[in-house]
Amino acid sequence: MIMATLTKALKPILGRQLGNAAKVFGPAASNQRGKPTYTGQIIPPPAKYGGRHTVALIPGDGIGPELLSHVRELFRFSCVPVDFEVVNVNSSLTSEDDIKNAIMAIRRNGVALKGNIETNHIMPPNHKSRNNLLRTSLDLYANVMHCQSLPGVQTRHKNIDIIIIRENTEGEYSSLEHESVSGVVECLKIITRTNSLRIADYAFKLAREKGRRRVTAVHKANIMKLGDGLFLQCCKEVASGYPDIEFDSMIVDNTTMQLVSKPQQFDVMVMPNLYGNVVSNVCAGLVGGPGLVPGANYGRDYAVFETATRNTGKSIANRNIANPTAMLLASCLMLDHLKLYDYATMIRGAILTTMNKTRLHTVDIGGQGTTSEVVQSIMRNIESGGPLTTEI
Amino acid sequence: MSIAAARPALFLSSTRLQQPWTRLKCTPPPAKYGGRHTVTLIPGDGIGPELLNHVRELFRFCCVPVDFEVVNVNSAASSEDDINNAVTAIKRNGVALKGNIETNHNLPPSHKSRNNLLRTSLDLYANVMHCQSLPGVPSHHKDIDVIIIRENTEGEYSSLEHENVPGVVESLKIITRVNSLRIAEYAFNLAREKGRRKVTAVHKANIMKLGDGLFLQCCKEVAAGYPDITLDDMIVDNTTMQLVSKPQQFDVMVMPNLYGNVVSNVCAGLVGGPGLVPGVNYGKDYAVFESATRNTGRSIANKNIANPTATLLAGCVMLDHLKLHAYARMIRKAVLKTLSETRLQTADLGGQCTTSEVVHSIMQEIQRGGPRTSQQI
Repeated sequence: MIMATLTKALKPILGRQLGNAAKVFGPAASNQRGKPTYTGQIIPPPAKYGGRHTVALIPGDGIGPELLSHVRELFRFSCVPVDFEVVNVNSSLTSEDDIKNAIMAIRRNGVALKGNIETNHIMPPNHKSRNNLLRTSLDLYANVMHCQSLPGVQTRHKNIDIIIIRENTEGEYSSLEHESVSGVVECLKIITRTNSLRIADYAFKLAREKGRRRVTAVHKANIMKLGDGLFLQCCKEVASGYPDIEFDSMIVDNTTMQLVSKPQQFDVMVMPNLYGNVVSNVCAGLVGGPGLVPGANYGRDYAVFETATRNTGKSIANRNIANPTAMLLASCLMLDHLKLYDYATMIRGAILTTMNKTRLHTVDIGGQGTTSEVVQSIMRNIESGGPLTTEI
Repeated sequence: MSIAAARPALFLSSTRLQQPWTRLKCTPPPAKYGGRHTVTLIPGDGIGPELLNHVRELFRFCCVPVDFEVVNVNSAASSEDDINNAVTAIKRNGVALKGNIETNHNLPPSHKSRNNLLRTSLDLYANVMHCQSLPGVPSHHKDIDVIIIRENTEGEYSSLEHENVPGVVESLKIITRVNSLRIAEYAFNLAREKGRRKVTAVHKANIMKLGDGLFLQCCKEVAAGYPDITLDDMIVDNTTMQLVSKPQQFDVMVMPNLYGNVVSNVCAGLVGGPGLVPGVNYGKDYAVFESATRNTGRSIANKNIANPTATLLAGCVMLDHLKLHAYARMIRKAVLKTLSETRLQTADLGGQCTTSEVVHSIMQEIQRGGPRTSQQI
């Protein structure tokens, strides 16, 4: 009922995008794949033929290629019905053809698994960040990171369970900067009503679906009154439509301070782009580091899975010491998105067994295992949990 | 230009040369008469008034030659007269000790943050926060010793926002060459003075290429003039993650306004909370002392449970600034000794002591360490 009212109110702006009640764990509004949109454009149907899904794979730079080849190895071992379409993106080229091909592949397949593409600081400012281009072209407006303490990993804080929802397309990442007067640079931070309503709606829907009690909006409205004030106002408007979920807000500096002393107080958090970046990295640090947490970028029609903290890992590339957990858990999220729940549970169970029971850890969490040893151990766990064969 | 070459590279010189006519303006002499200094005191809101009362009480007890000129700022009034009076008082005295003035979110956007107005009018361009692990304070990390230098006047806090199209707000983040050079110069000077080895510039230049790129470039230019100090840079998200896992790797950090806000709050949380760390705002001619995380503490106001440590240590830093080093040392020693005793810790550190009990113990500690009088009080 409330959805219908909200839909009517937003109809002139969102058109047909807020259709039926949306299934949230995945694209927030109803997936329009296979149906002509109001612009007459037809998005191809889901890439599933003969029971096998096709997923775009973007290796990226640094530790991306090696970790993603481990993912493929594991999927082949577990007989997961997913085929990967590999699209390489060369980060040192100035032409945007590579990234456009990647975007086309993702439009074709609907789902992607990617490593981080390096952004070289030395290039001129017109050379945009490839990751950012990908997110904005596909309108992947929600970045979801589920931060949980893993029992087998030694950390200073225990029992953390926070879902961070970060606006992924606007805010400080608009890449709109100019130097009108020499020596004075103005960076524009854009906050729009549409996008703020959209992300707030996504956050509340996700909270409801996961049975969460409270959503906290993180902002800096005491200084950026119009910008973050608008964001906060949109969150409040959406919150009034979800009376079963408590809504409160907190200023970003206080939030980071509370996260460092008492992270257990947070449940679901929603915030604009830059604060999301900082807060998600703080949370990743609290649960054990960048190698443990997967992240998902959801749009209306597409979903891209990667590690939550988007590290390239240049210094540890090709040395077999990277932690594969984040990438493997991201691939499990992808399997959940493709509705291959059994495979996802199986792989996730094996990863957590390796992490918590066997305690085979890589260097970043204080152990001495190599990447391949960890992956082998996960495969052994899958094998021992699976149907018995006569002889291995 | 030749005058600049002849002068030592002080952080004072760059802005002066930008506007040569300001050299003719006279800065009032220090407000010191008959050996006693006058300092402006702005109580602010929340826990500010009670904690500053304790500071005055303690200073009177220790016979510190400082007189306070109290200027009240009413945060609910929409006229800017109050804050203008406060700014004039600080210009008169040169030094101020303040509590945080509350910014009401419900007032219209034309009502600017009073704290921000104060900082920009007095051009207090450097916010310095020295974050140290204090013995006896429960925390997850040990041996933290980080100096955070944050640009205090521009960046995201320019309060320049507009809504050209309804529903689309643009906030301007301003980074200028002049201010970036100035803050980098300040950071390196301070690092050299304190004998620090490394300065880390925190930025997000992979996304904000022009803005933070300019900041980073200015830091690199200034670093070239300080070969004994290494400069490295780190992106703000990686910085916060490293701070949470391994904060001991950081030495001195310099950054623009918003990142400074977040990073200083993370560091305050790491060493034990907002009640422990003092912060200073330095300008060319003025200095304003306050608690580093600028909390109003409305929920704990007037309950006698606030932690007075941050404000008292801010008072000590102020005494150092006024060159009353002996008094500063005496009070600081007493404060830290009291803090290290668990039975004398306030609620935010997990203890059960009240603010007045803590201040009273500090006074007793000072008395114990001081010259003997004929009869104990």
